[in-house]
Amino acid sequence: MEQNKTHYRPRVKFTKKMKKEYTILCPMMAPIHASIILPVFAKEGLNVKIIESGGAEAIEKGLKYVHNDLCYPGVLVTGQMINAVESGKYNPDKIAMVITQSGGGCRDSNYINLMRKSMERAGYPQIPFISANIWGLELNSGIDISIRGYRMLLSALMYGDMMMIAANQVRPYEVNKGDADRMMQKWTAYFGERYTKGKGYSHKEIKKNIRTMLQEFADIEVKKVPKVKVAVVGELYLKYSAPANNDLEQFLRDQDCETYFPSVLGFGIYKTNGALEDLRLYGGKPMKRLILEIAMKYMFHMENMMISIMEEFDCFVAPERVEVLKKRAEGIINTGNSMGEGWYIAAEMMEFVAHGYENVICVQPFGCLPCHVSVKGMLNKIRRIEPKLNAVDIEYDPGATKVNQENRIKLMLSVAKENMKKEVKQ
Amino acid sequence: MRIGIDIGSTTIKCVVLDDQDKIIHTSYERHYTMITEKAEEIIKGLIDRFQIKEPVVCAISGSAGMGIAERAGIRFVQEVYATKVAISKRLPETDVVIELGGEDAKILFMQGNLEVRMNGTCAGGTGAFADQMASLMQITADEMNELAEKHEKIYSIASRCGVFAKTDIQPLLNQGARKEDISASIFYAIVNQTITGLAQGRPIEGNIVYLGGPLTFMSQLREAFDKTLNCVGTCPDDSLFFVALGAALCAEEAVDLQETLDIITKEQDSLRQATLDPLFANEEEYEAFATRHASHQVAKRVEENYDGEGYLGIDSGSTTLKVVLTDPEGAVVYSSYQSNQGRPIEVVKDALIEMYKKHPNVKIVSSAVTGYGEDMIRNALGVDLGVVETVAHFTAAKYFMPDVEFIIDIGGQDMKCFKIRNGAIDNIYLNEACSSGCGSFLQTFANSMSYEIDEFAKRGLFATKPVDLGSRCTVFMNSSVKQAQKEGVTVEDISAGLSISVVKNALYKVIRVHSADELGKRIVVQGGTFQNDAVLRAFEKEMGVEVIRPDIAGMMGAYGAALYACDIAKKKKSDKVSEILDKEALENFTYTTRNITCKGCNNHCSLTVNDFGNGRKFIGGNRCEKPVTKKEQDDSLNLYEYKLKLLSEYQPDESKTKGVIGLPMGLNMYEMLPFWHAFFTSLGYQVKTSGFSNRELYLKGQGTIPSDTVCFPAKLVHGHIMKLIEMNVDTIFYPCMTYNFDEKKGKNHYNCAVIAGYPEVIEANTVHFGDIKYIYEYVGPHQRNKFPGKMHEILNRTLGTFTKAEVKKASDLAYKEYAAFTKKVEMQAQVIMEEARKQDKKIVLLAGRPYHVDPEINHGIHKLIAALGFAVITEDSVASLVPKFDVNIRNQWTYHARLFAAAKYVTMQKDVYMVHLVSFGCGLDAITSDETREILETAGMLYTQLKIDEVTNLGAVKIRLRSLLAAIEQKKED
Repeated sequence: MEQNKTHYRPRVKFTKKMKKEYTILCPMMAPIHASIILPVFAKEGLNVKIIESGGAEAIEKGLKYVHNDLCYPGVLVTGQMINAVESGKYNPDKIAMVITQSGGGCRDSNYINLMRKSMERAGYPQIPFISANIWGLELNSGIDISIRGYRMLLSALMYGDMMMIAANQVRPYEVNKGDADRMMQKWTAYFGERYTKGKGYSHKEIKKNIRTMLQEFADIEVKKVPKVKVAVVGELYLKYSAPANNDLEQFLRDQDCETYFPSVLGFGIYKTNGALEDLRLYGGKPMKRLILEIAMKYMFHMENMMISIMEEFDCFVAPERVEVLKKRAEGIINTGNSMGEGWYIAAEMMEFVAHGYENVICVQPFGCLPCHVSVKGMLNKIRRIEPKLNAVDIEYDPGATKVNQENRIKLMLSVAKENMKKEVKQ
Repeated sequence: MRIGIDIGSTTIKCVVLDDQDKIIHTSYERHYTMITEKAEEIIKGLIDRFQIKEPVVCAISGSAGMGIAERAGIRFVQEVYATKVAISKRLPETDVVIELGGEDAKILFMQGNLEVRMNGTCAGGTGAFADQMASLMQITADEMNELAEKHEKIYSIASRCGVFAKTDIQPLLNQGARKEDISASIFYAIVNQTITGLAQGRPIEGNIVYLGGPLTFMSQLREAFDKTLNCVGTCPDDSLFFVALGAALCAEEAVDLQETLDIITKEQDSLRQATLDPLFANEEEYEAFATRHASHQVAKRVEENYDGEGYLGIDSGSTTLKVVLTDPEGAVVYSSYQSNQGRPIEVVKDALIEMYKKHPNVKIVSSAVTGYGEDMIRNALGVDLGVVETVAHFTAAKYFMPDVEFIIDIGGQDMKCFKIRNGAIDNIYLNEACSSGCGSFLQTFANSMSYEIDEFAKRGLFATKPVDLGSRCTVFMNSSVKQAQKEGVTVEDISAGLSISVVKNALYKVIRVHSADELGKRIVVQGGTFQNDAVLRAFEKEMGVEVIRPDIAGMMGAYGAALYACDIAKKKKSDKVSEILDKEALENFTYTTRNITCKGCNNHCSLTVNDFGNGRKFIGGNRCEKPVTKKEQDDSLNLYEYKLKLLSEYQPDESKTKGVIGLPMGLNMYEMLPFWHAFFTSLGYQVKTSGFSNRELYLKGQGTIPSDTVCFPAKLVHGHIMKLIEMNVDTIFYPCMTYNFDEKKGKNHYNCAVIAGYPEVIEANTVHFGDIKYIYEYVGPHQRNKFPGKMHEILNRTLGTFTKAEVKKASDLAYKEYAAFTKKVEMQAQVIMEEARKQDKKIVLLAGRPYHVDPEINHGIHKLIAALGFAVITEDSVASLVPKFDVNIRNQWTYHARLFAAAKYVTMQKDVYMVHLVSFGCGLDAITSDETREILETAGMLYTQLKIDEVTNLGAVKIRLRSLLAAIEQKKED
C-alpha cells in the first residue's frame, strides 16, 4: 500500500575505500585561503579539487534544481556543483562533494541536505556529500583527518587571513603594480611546499612564517595617498566569493578604494563561541561546557599569536580579537544572538569605524532570515550610536542586477569621498 | 556655465547654470529607452542654443547615465548624492527629502545624522508602478490623479511590491470597485511602500520636500504623503531638476561636447548581461514547428445563424473574458476573447448580445461559467452552472488529448498547472503572488514599447542572442529589461528573453519541476500566453518535449465550461432550457454597485454589493459567508476558532497589584501566552495582551519596520508593541528565544532566526518606549530544570526582587498551564474529527505556525475552508500522535518538525487533507515545503500550499481550495 511507503532515503556515506579513488569537489569560497589549504588535504590523502566555475550557467542550474526561495548562496553553490558534475571533467561514480554545515538555526545547516536532493533530481544519487563541521555532524569513515591535519588546516587559515589582510593594505598604494600579488603567489607556493613536507604548522614555524611574510609585505614600496577605505562585512560566503558578489573586490579596486575583508578565523571563533553563549544563557551539560572552553582557549591562543605579530607592524591595521569584538557588540545586540552572523556584523562595523574604515558594505543574500535581525534590524541603531558610520547593505539574488548594486555602492562611495575631502582639509 | 544632465530610467533632465549658479535653462523629456539617441539630441540642442565651441564644465547623473558617462569620460555623480548636493545648496532648511523616480524611491534625511537611502531590490513604490496601475485601469496617470481626488474610501492594497499590489487591485476592479477609490488606494499603497521600505524606523518629520516626476505631477500622491505623515510637505519649483542641478553643481572638469557626441554615437555600452541560446536556429526549424502546432484544431461550425442546440461557456478571468458557444458535439459555433476592461459584467453582456445577433435562433440548453468572476457573472446573468477552473480546463484538454498527463495554463495573471493520474486531477500547482502577472507583463511591456503583443512575440522568434532576464518576478524582470535596454540590447533579444523568463518562472518557481519525466509525455499547454509562439517554443526547448497547443489555447476555460454544461445536460436528460438572460433581457439589463464595510466581525471587510434587480445580488470582497447568508458561521468544527477562543480567555487578573505586564501577540507569543500569562500572574502581575492583530494595528507600527522583506507576521509585531505602548502598560515582556521546546521529533529544536531574534529588532527600532520597561532577555524554557534559576536571575536584574521559591512556583505553574493548553487543543482536535466523521465531512489539516491563527495573518482562510464544508484542525493538534521518523533534511526547527509530523499523520488517515499555509518571505518554508510535499506524495496524498502575506487575494485561495475539493471528489468517484 502506498501509505506505508517511506519518503526517507538514507544518505550515501563516504567510505574508507572511496578515500583512495574519489575526487572530492569543494565549492570555491575564499580563493586565497583555498589555495593555501589544498596541499594540506593532499597530505592527508584526500584528493580535493576546487570547483572554479561560477557565473550565469551555474545560477541557471541552481534555479532549476533548488527551491527558488532558498537563499542565494545555496542556489549558486548547488548550481556550481551540478555544473561541475555535468561538465564531463569527472566520473560521476568517482566523485564526492564537500560543503560546510554550521549546525546552527540558520538555513545553511540544511544546504547539504538540499544539495543531496538536488543532485538526486539531476540524476546523480550516488554522489556522497561530506559535511565539513566542527560539531561531529554526519560522520564519514573515509574522512579521518589526523591531529596534524587539523593543525595544518588551522595554520592555513591563519596564513590566509594574514596574507589577505596585508595584501589589501599594500596593493592600492604599491609603486610597482603587481608587487603585492606576486608576494602572495610566492608565499602560497612556499606554504604548499612546507605542508607537502609535513611541516609548516608548529607554533614556532607559524610565528616565524607570519612575521617574515608580513615583513616582506611591509617592505613593498608604497606611496601613501588618501584613498577611500571600505570594509566589507556580511554573510560569510558572499563576502569572499567573487561569483557570488559580482566581483565586489575588483569593483572596489576599480573605484580606487582600499578594502578590508575580515579574517576567516575570527568568524570560526565567533561560531564556536555561540555554543558557549547558549550554555551561559540557558544552562546545559557541564562536560559540554568543559570541552568547548578548552577548544575556545586553544583558538584564542592561536588568534592571539597571529594578531600580536601583525600588531608589531605599524603599517598594518590588524583585525581585532573576538573577545574584544564581543565587547563592541554590547549595547547594540546581545551576544546570545549567534544565528547566522548574529552579533558579529554589528561588532565588526563598530570595529571598522574605530580603525578608520568608516565606509562599510554589508553583503547579504536577498531574504536572509538572520540578516533581518542582525543587519537590517540593527543598522538604524548602529548609526545612532556611531554617526561616523557610512554603511550600505547590498542584497544579492539571482534576479538582482549588478548595475543596481553598483549604483547603491557608488552612493555610499560619494558620501565617503565627501567625508574624506573634509578630513583632508582639516 | 555649468551643465548637469540627469538620465533616469524614463526621462532625461538637463540643467544649465550660469556663473552665479543661477538656472538659465532646463529641459525634461521622456527617452522611451532610446537613451543614446535622446542624449545626442539634447547635447546637440545645447551646443546650438548656447553656441558652445569651447569645452564646458559638465557632469552626468541618473540611474541610466553611468554607462554614457563612463564611455564619454564625463564625471558621473550618483543621483541620490546629486539630490543631496542640490538640496544643501538650494533648500538648506530641509529636514527630509522624499524623491520618487521611474524605478527608484529615495529618502534623504538631511539634518542631524545625514542619511541617504534608496529602495531595496524588492520594491514597487515608483513612477513605473503608478504608470502600470494606470494602464491596468486603462486610464492615464493624469486621469488617475484626477479620479483620486474624488475618492470616498481607501482599500488596503499590499505594499510589499508592485506584483503584490496588482494582485490586490485586479480583483477590486473585477468586483466593480470605483476607479476613484482604487486610484487613491494606489497612492496610499505607494506611500506605505515608501515608508516601510525606506523610513525604517527613522521618523519623517519637519520640513519635508517632495521631488521627482510622480510627486511633481500627482497632487493626490503628495496629499497621500501629507495625510499619512501628518505634515504638509512642499514640492519646490524645479522639483524635477534637482538631480540635474546637483550634477551641475558637482561638475568640475570641462568637456568638449562635440567630442562627447562623437564618442556616444559611435560606441555602445558593452553588453553585461548573460545571453541564452536562440529559440530557433533557422527558418526551417520554425516552419516545422509551426506546421506541427497548426494541426491541433478544434472543430468549428462556420455557418451563420446557427439554430440548433447550443451550450454556452464563459470564462471570466482576472484580465480577460472568454465566451464560447458550441453545438452538442463540441464544435465551436461562436467565440469571443477580449480584455475585461475592469468591468466584466458589461463585457460579457455585450459579447452575448453580439452572439444573439449572429445566431438569433440558437436554443441554449445549458450554460456554465468559470474563473474569478464565476459567482458574479452567474448571479448577474442567470448562468445555469458554475465550474471550478481546473475542472473546466481539464475537460477542454481532454477533448484534444483524452489521455493527457499534464496541463499547464498560463493566463494573464495566473498560472495553473495540474497533473492527471488515472483520469483524475492529481496534483495542482497554482502560482503564488510572486509569479503573478507574468502573462500580462508581456502584454503591458509590448505596449509600452508601442508594439502589439503578436508583433512583439514574433520579433523574438529569430532573436540570435536572447538576453537572460531572470525569473524571480516581474518587478525583477522589469528592472533587468531596463538594464538590457540601457546596454542597447535589441527588441528581438528582449522579446525572446522575456518569453524564456516567463516559462522558467512557471517551470522552476510554480511547478518546481526538474526534468521532463516528471511532467509525463502527454502535455497540453493552454492559456492566452501560450498563443505566443516564442513562449511555446521556450517551453518545449526548456523541457525537451513536444506538447499540444490547441488553436483555441486562450479560450480553453470557456470551451471547457461549454463542454461541461453539455455533459451535465446530457447526463440529466431534462427538457429544461437554460435560464441565462435572453437578448431582450440582456439589452435591458442594468445593475448598481455599492461599497460598504461589513460590520459582521473584526475583519471589517470592504464589500462591494452589486444589485442586479429581481432580487439577484452579488457581494464581493467578503472572507466568510456571513454577509451573504446573514447567518453566523458554525465554528464548532473549526480548531482555529477554538484556539482563538482559548487564547482570548487569558485575561488579566485584576486582583494582582504589582503592576501590568504587556505581552505583544506576535509570532511565538501565540504559543507562549499560556506560559507567560501563568508565570507573571503567579508573580503578582496583571498580564495584558495587545490582542489579536488588525489592519489598524499594523499601520501603527509600519513606520518602525526595518526590513521590508521580512515576513508579515514579524512586521505585525511592531504594531503590537505600539499598541502596548498606547495601553501604557508598566512593562513589555518579549523575550528572545533561540530555542523552542524539545518535542523529541528531530535533531534540534530551534526557533527560526526571525522569531528567535525579533525582540532585538523591536528594541533597536522602537524609539519611544517612554517610561515603559522593555524586557527582551534571552530565555530558554526548553531547559526545564535550569529555567527557574536562570529566570530568577533575569527577573531580579530587570523587574524586581523575587525569591527563588517564588520564581520556582511561577515556573511550575507556567509549564503546567502550557501543557494544559496543548492538551485542550489536542483533545478538541479529536472531538472535531469524530464529529466530522459522524457528519460525513472531510477534514482539512490547515498546517502553519501557531501565529497563523491570527485573523489578520490568515485572512479568514480557515473560515473559507469551513464554509466549503470541511472540518478544520491544526498541525500542532496531531503532531504528538506520530512517532519519531526520519526525514531527508536536518529536522531542527520545532514548528517545522510539527509540520512534518502532521503530514505523516495525514498519510495515516483516509479523510484528512493537508493545506499548508506559508507566509511570504518565510525562508524556512523554502526548505520544508518540498519535504512536506514529498512526505504526502510518496503516500499518494495531495499537497496544497497557500502563500499568504499582508493582503491576500482570497479569490485565488478560493479557486485553489475548490480545485482541491474537485480533485478529492474525483478521486473518490474513482
